[in-house]
Amino acid sequence: MARLIGKPLKRNEDPRLLTGQALFVDDVELPGMLHAAFLRSDYAHARLKGIDVSAALEREGVVAVYTAEDMGDDWAPGPPLVIPPPTIEEVTFNTRTQVPLVKEKVRHAGEPLAVVIAESRYIAEDALDDIVVDLEPLPAVVDIERALDADAALVHDDLESNLAAHLVQTKGGYQSAREQADLIIKRRIVMDRGIAGAMENRGIVAYWDNKQQYLTVWDTTQSPIPIRNGLAGMFGLSEHQVRVIAPFVGGGFGPKIMMFYPEEVVLTWATLKLALPIKWIEDRRENFYATTQERGQVHEVEMALTEDGRILGLKDDFIHDSGAYDPYGLTIPLNTQCHVLGPYDIPNFSSELHVVFTNKTLTTPVRGAGRPHGVFVVERLLDIAARELGIDPSEIRRRNYLPNDVFPYDNVIIDQAFANFIIDSGDYLPAMEKALDMIGYKDFIENEQPRLRAEGRRVGIGVVSFIETTGVGPYEGARVTIESSGDVSVATGVGTQGQGHFTSFAQVVAEHLGVKVSDVHMVTGDTAQFHWGTGTFASRGAVVAANAMNAASSIVRKKILELASELLDAPEDELEIEDGEVRVADVPRMSISLGELAQKANPLRGAVEPGTEPGLEATAYFGPNYGATAFGTHAMIVEVDPETMNVEIRRYVVVEDCGTVLNPLILDGQVHGGVAHGIGNAFYEQLFFDDNGQLLNASFADYLIPTSAEVPTIEVGHTVTPSPLNPLGSKGAGEAGAIPVPALMAQAIENAIGEAGFEILESPMSPLKLFNLYYGDKEQ
Amino acid sequence: MSELIEVTVNVNSEEYRRSVEPRMLLSDFIRHELSLSGTHVGCEQGVCGACTIQLDGAAVRSCLMFAVQADGHQIRTVEDLGTMDELHTLQEAFWEAHGLQCGFCTPGFLMSILPVLEENPEVSEETIQRAMEGNLCRCTGYQHIRDAVKQAAEKMVAGGEA
Repeated sequence: MARLIGKPLKRNEDPRLLTGQALFVDDVELPGMLHAAFLRSDYAHARLKGIDVSAALEREGVVAVYTAEDMGDDWAPGPPLVIPPPTIEEVTFNTRTQVPLVKEKVRHAGEPLAVVIAESRYIAEDALDDIVVDLEPLPAVVDIERALDADAALVHDDLESNLAAHLVQTKGGYQSAREQADLIIKRRIVMDRGIAGAMENRGIVAYWDNKQQYLTVWDTTQSPIPIRNGLAGMFGLSEHQVRVIAPFVGGGFGPKIMMFYPEEVVLTWATLKLALPIKWIEDRRENFYATTQERGQVHEVEMALTEDGRILGLKDDFIHDSGAYDPYGLTIPLNTQCHVLGPYDIPNFSSELHVVFTNKTLTTPVRGAGRPHGVFVVERLLDIAARELGIDPSEIRRRNYLPNDVFPYDNVIIDQAFANFIIDSGDYLPAMEKALDMIGYKDFIENEQPRLRAEGRRVGIGVVSFIETTGVGPYEGARVTIESSGDVSVATGVGTQGQGHFTSFAQVVAEHLGVKVSDVHMVTGDTAQFHWGTGTFASRGAVVAANAMNAASSIVRKKILELASELLDAPEDELEIEDGEVRVADVPRMSISLGELAQKANPLRGAVEPGTEPGLEATAYFGPNYGATAFGTHAMIVEVDPETMNVEIRRYVVVEDCGTVLNPLILDGQVHGGVAHGIGNAFYEQLFFDDNGQLLNASFADYLIPTSAEVPTIEVGHTVTPSPLNPLGSKGAGEAGAIPVPALMAQAIENAIGEAGFEILESPMSPLKLFNLYYGDKEQ
Repeated sequence: MSELIEVTVNVNSEEYRRSVEPRMLLSDFIRHELSLSGTHVGCEQGVCGACTIQLDGAAVRSCLMFAVQADGHQIRTVEDLGTMDELHTLQEAFWEAHGLQCGFCTPGFLMSILPVLEENPEVSEETIQRAMEGNLCRCTGYQHIRDAVKQAAEKMVAGGEA
């Protein structure tokens, strides 16, 4: 059997994308289509006293204007996506979910107040200016460290405070570990917000065909099936009356899995009322205010160590910024807690979490999803400890790695799936050694750095390790069919936002069915084609969906062999499937094509035996017991310009272990993109809110996404530790690239500066912040 | 609604005549009036480069122009490069080098880079970098795009396509 899994094949989907022929949501054009524009609040926190839409309704070309009042009983806060963890005792969780249109109070700038439906987008946007809104501004809750102050304004008036959630997780006993420690490192560590920055903004086309009694929604969602089920439930439709299509989606990175965005609900409600297709396409400014964000946390941390650098315990109390609502539950901060433990043997751990409501855009997972924070915390503490103890940063990590014979390793605390955080497999040292080798760590420290330093140049090196929990359940499915042409069609519920599913999944299928990868036709993200599953998130496609592909195509293979055995009158074990046909091994003239077999399996006359199914088709599902944990080490060499404090990345090395690799070309692409996103998170991208909750840099001109000039060549190496949790042995890699970058860059910059007391305890950095941090200290 | 103005443009060697509002963006005109939806819109303020087209052979942001300003001009969009069965050398190289992931920014990259290679395919790494700096991509980290451009340039030099 030709080995296709693991080959760097070019992608099936690319010709469509390269020629401008791929369908994105804004490309959907329907006869009579109307266009929506949302009026959004300029205030972050304000009471809605009145809203007058009469002038807007008079404008030529305006079809309708709706406010919360117009929605009547259909107006309801969105359902929570993720319930609070039932497995933790004494957890507090106050569910407050987003609303379709503001009814009484605005809770973040950009929250929608009204929608205009008009003949064109230009007219709809004109009409927004005709709407008169009476808003009474209230003091805004912006600073997460002051959100729980007794005199803080309340984001949700019915709560006693801005506390969204509170929980404590422990492992062992931190206090006694602390008492035995030779060294305690105690710091305050801050990570601030950024955007996901998918190049395609969100968009929706919703169409209720009244004669067919059928709702079709094209949506830039990462999660079409739950959207279908949810919309059907909200509006009293059968799930079979609703089709949600996530066509080509121009980047996801997390926020496109938020459910339900107000626009998804309002557009659907409006088309049900008007029975005409309506399109809404988010603009970039809206994307900065109305699409979810991530990363705001403040940590008070302590690490207890022995004098030889072994971690005895870690205490991490932190505040997580939920924004105005908390539909996504505790996914992000639970990820943070798990990733603080990282690849290390930390026997004693304590973490108290406060999640707070603020008058800012909601936070939901963005590539990394709480993991970069955890990695930043533990790696920063290890760096500081290494410095204090005179141990090399790579050595202190080596001393603390979990050994490779402890897996599966139960970390005792719970993870985002509310199950015990168990690391399925790992072998950390080889990944680190490979990274050190690739970057020439020893040579740099011993030769190159002293030589360049002598020339007055500030060059530094960094090396950090990380884990990434991936491939979580519950399940995904796939239906694999041999068509009468002999080509294979495959449908799965997950959507695709650039991950190469049309190819890597096809490789898995083609490997079983002896066809060309290019003859496997993949449909993703269309509920009319496949309607069981959850979506593309948490680096799970290559684990959960690919293993469903594997299961379904194994069954189809079995059916092929059974039928061919009968027709060719040869035992199954003498048959081979190759080049689109089944052959009797060593007797090449005895063969039958897959297309012919498919036709014979679906006869037009004759009897099909009871208990059998027609066709060569199978549907199968895969659900892992728990997530597979990937890991790796990143290393980097930087040069800091002491006058401007600009940082140039001179080398960047990644060693990634995500188990079995389906397509190394696609994997490298995922890693590169993740690192680029991480570089943005570490050094360029920060959202600045003023005291009123106004976002001050809501454009690509003011919020800096790395360009090609900022992203160096990334040298990628691999180690392979297959996951025992799934037949393919795969783990996810979608977020891995982004996760360790802020921690790595901080270490490398500190190493370049090379002065005692110079510490980076905040991310993102920037040349300006670095300048103030460095020269501010000098003045004191 | 303001008065309509007649616009005649030559797009991908075909002449189009439409009456549009003077405020209509060229990007909207191309996408929604001419149904050439390969040109994408990412920011509508000239930063991201997704909407890049060629106007009289030069790469320009179609979101920073009004359709009426294109009256009498030659426009080239991604649809004028290769077809799915016969890709242009640059598209082929993007395919080979995995120079795209979600593909949303890709038409903009192609249209930004192509005039540079067409002028002189013997490009330095610095020239490639400069040709790409005006386009944002969130998926690829740019490395495979740089590889693709290098590959295309080499092929164009070898094939005498300049």
